[in-house]
Amino acid sequence: MKIKKQRIALDDLDWKILYALQENARQTYSETGRLLNVAHSTIYERIKKMEEHGVIKKYTTVIDLEKIGIKYLTAVMTIITDPKESENVAEKLSEFDEVLEVYTSLSEELLIIAKVVAKDQGKLHSLIAQSVAPLPGVLRIRTSIITKKHKEGLWVGPNFNAPKNKGGKQIAVER
Amino acid sequence: MSTHKILRKVLRKKAFYFFSSIGNYIGESAASLEEFVGKIREVNPKSLEFHLYRGDFEKWVDEVLGDIGLAEKIKELRNQKLIGENLQDQLYQAILKRYNELKTGFTQSM
Repeated sequence: MKIKKQRIALDDLDWKILYALQENARQTYSETGRLLNVAHSTIYERIKKMEEHGVIKKYTTVIDLEKIGIKYLTAVMTIITDPKESENVAEKLSEFDEVLEVYTSLSEELLIIAKVVAKDQGKLHSLIAQSVAPLPGVLRIRTSIITKKHKEGLWVGPNFNAPKNKGGKQIAVER
Repeated sequence: MSTHKILRKVLRKKAFYFFSSIGNYIGESAASLEEFVGKIREVNPKSLEFHLYRGDFEKWVDEVLGDIGLAEKIKELRNQKLIGENLQDQLYQAILKRYNELKTGFTQSM
């Protein structure tokens, strides 16, 4: 079995390193070490281990398009599909540059939920009318244009994995 | 454009897809003039208003079916600012009339 497919257990230090990197992936081993009061060689080994096991999938860049003058809108599409075609629909959707995220969900009907960006409402409608609605198996589409973003997370916060106390409340992890 | 071409069934990607508003597909589509006539009578008039006043119908009829005459007729209806069931009736009658003309001509030429 390849090392990336093996599960590994993370200890408290691993989690703290992950939180630190999620805040700033460009910090050096020494900086992380100072932050966590651990030797930089330990930080290096832990990060290397998590990279090798695929816990750390990649280091990426989050771009603020508005800062470079690119205006766009974000919308969430809920697509009701024929269950036999849903996988194909999800695969095709994933190929579009404008589609950022694609999920399938089984509620009363089989749904595909996708987050999509477009330069304006006209472009959004054209994409949906010309490329999404014609996909075999698409039965109906409901689209909501997002007017205000309250939170956009790329990772889980430290309390997600915090141990619970006896009363069932999560104990916050200090960073 | 020949009658035969206007009456043909087009590819799925070129069909007309009915929406109620931006991005909200209602699950009805038409891949030929014959199917289009039927859907105009069936779908909610709100969907017809959405498409008519965006110019979607005349664009599809002209660019996909290739029927400039019908596209002009639809444009005239758009300029009349019709809404609701009145719009649905007028649009249906106009498209049905054109469809019957083409169908009759096509049958006689065979």
